[in-house]
Amino acid sequence: MFQDILVTGLVNGGVYALLAVGFSLIFGVARIVNIAHTAFYMLAAYCFYMLLVKADLGFAVSGILSVAGVTLLSVICYRLVIEPVREHEAAVLIATIALALIFQEVMLFSFGGHYLGIPSTLSGVVSVAGVTIPYQRLLILAVAAAMLGVTWTLLYRTRLGLAIRATANDLEVANLMGMNVNRVAMATVAISVALAAIAGVVVAPVYVVDPFMWLSPLVTMLAIVVLGGLGSLKGSVIGALIIGYVESITVFALPAGAFLKGAVALSIMVLVLLLRPEGLYGVAFEEER
Amino acid sequence: MYWLRRAWAELSNEVLVLPSRILVLAWVLTLLVLPHVYGDPYVLRIVTLTCIYAIFAASWDLLAGYTGQVNFGHALFFGAGAYASALISLKFGISPWITVWIGATVATAFGAVVGFLCLRLRGSYLSLATLAFPLIALGLLFAFPDFSGGELGVSGLKRLAASVPANYYIAVFSMLAAVFGLWLVADSKFGLVLHAIRDDEVAARASGINTPRYKLLVFAISAFAAGLAGALLAHYIRVAGPSTLETAISFQVVIWGIFGGVATIYGPVAAVFILYPLTEWLGSFKAFGELRLLIFAVIVLLVLLFMPRGLAPWARDRIETPCPRCKQRNRAWRSACRLCGAPLKGILAAKPS
Repeated sequence: MFQDILVTGLVNGGVYALLAVGFSLIFGVARIVNIAHTAFYMLAAYCFYMLLVKADLGFAVSGILSVAGVTLLSVICYRLVIEPVREHEAAVLIATIALALIFQEVMLFSFGGHYLGIPSTLSGVVSVAGVTIPYQRLLILAVAAAMLGVTWTLLYRTRLGLAIRATANDLEVANLMGMNVNRVAMATVAISVALAAIAGVVVAPVYVVDPFMWLSPLVTMLAIVVLGGLGSLKGSVIGALIIGYVESITVFALPAGAFLKGAVALSIMVLVLLLRPEGLYGVAFEEER
Repeated sequence: MYWLRRAWAELSNEVLVLPSRILVLAWVLTLLVLPHVYGDPYVLRIVTLTCIYAIFAASWDLLAGYTGQVNFGHALFFGAGAYASALISLKFGISPWITVWIGATVATAFGAVVGFLCLRLRGSYLSLATLAFPLIALGLLFAFPDFSGGELGVSGLKRLAASVPANYYIAVFSMLAAVFGLWLVADSKFGLVLHAIRDDEVAARASGINTPRYKLLVFAISAFAAGLAGALLAHYIRVAGPSTLETAISFQVVIWGIFGGVATIYGPVAAVFILYPLTEWLGSFKAFGELRLLIFAVIVLLVLLFMPRGLAPWARDRIETPCPRCKQRNRAWRSACRLCGAPLKGILAAKPS
């Protein structure tokens, strides 16, 4: 059981980290609370299903195509829907909720509400220290780690990353220094949704794909982001691991744990917030005016 | 005779001078006479549910719109009211007329607890943290199915009244009382303090306002109204199920509130009265049945793109203009202010923003 907890927590934590880092990034740069974030993850899973099972394109091609397609869609949505109402924070929020609902309903209408299964990218299992791990879960872990590495490199080793960090730090000053803040925001949207889409593609064979699959990771992701501190990438990764482990401990160790896993994870978030209102790694910034 | 004349004078001087007030009057009168004019049980059912949800939306607006505590977990209070009232009336056999109030009180307690937990949070942190509470409650409900009925919820409740019109009038009168009550609270000095807290909490505190106490109070009041709505709903549809706690309900109320226009009370109510019957009506078509949520979301999106402040403030700006001198509102087509006679059109007149 101990090994099960260890492995499941790590894998789920990896997926959550991919989602939470993207969400955190977009909040930090553009102050957008993107409720549709996990809806893009759901879309990517559907896209992957369609390309792989229906069009029979092979794993690599369909994976890359679905990530690219969903990212493109997110940029279009951002330009058409979010940018015109950027000044009204409440309107942005509801616009992203509406977008998520639209995606859910379109998928419900075109694929139906039943669960879709996707064949594993890699079959077979490996046995480590007495616990069998399917290769697919190892793949998820590897992809998550690689993508987090890529994101880190992008943010801390490139000019675009510098611009993104500068904008997140102070939007107005970044604008005054001659950065095209709108374009930076758009690039951030693309990066963050690409991360979500990658998460969607890699987990699609493990989890079931259905139009409502965006809701439960959404809540977990929000809990992680708040736990780690809004806008903090380090916090998101650490928060994701904490919540991933807490969830797997609850599922394996408590009776009726499957029902309680969300409740326990969220209670931990509430507890942390009570002790540190700005989250684990959030900056205790003065009230923004 | 004097009182009649007095009432007529009040009516013509205070209500009939502004198109928005005429609209509200017409809306109230329509609600009151509807069962006598058009007694179709289906229509009455829809309007009854609309009224119940209107209480819910208005309660969210007091908390989120006025005080700026944008609550993403308002379903917690709704569900708490529904479950508390349902369980107590079923387990102890108490009349729903009493348990509805108990449900609202339990919801108030929940509101105070959530408010206490959220005192130190602000902005997006608060929104995202509050999202968690109904889900924690939902997890607990599912984990103890013997007590809560699990997925099926608590069913077999008694209605408040037997006949369709009686239930309708109960919902309408509770809605009118709750909405006007909330509006009175929001329009009083208390409401002014709430505006101050939303706009700048630090400044409000520096001015000697005990902001934590006000925030707790608003959480409690708002939760009371939401719990009342939840209890009424539970006794109307005769089930208190886990659907009252779902994220979808929390999001729904956020959509109503922002669509109608926050910090107005009448905005969210108007939004419910437009959107809820609309979705039901769309759902009654076979072709649209599956698409109704999609159409709903698209409508919300389009309205937001063109009126980001919400529907009600936008509409109000079209039919009324504030006087540039005394700031009283006037019909948009008047040329001089009805109270101070200042010219409304011309260089001085402020454009509706």
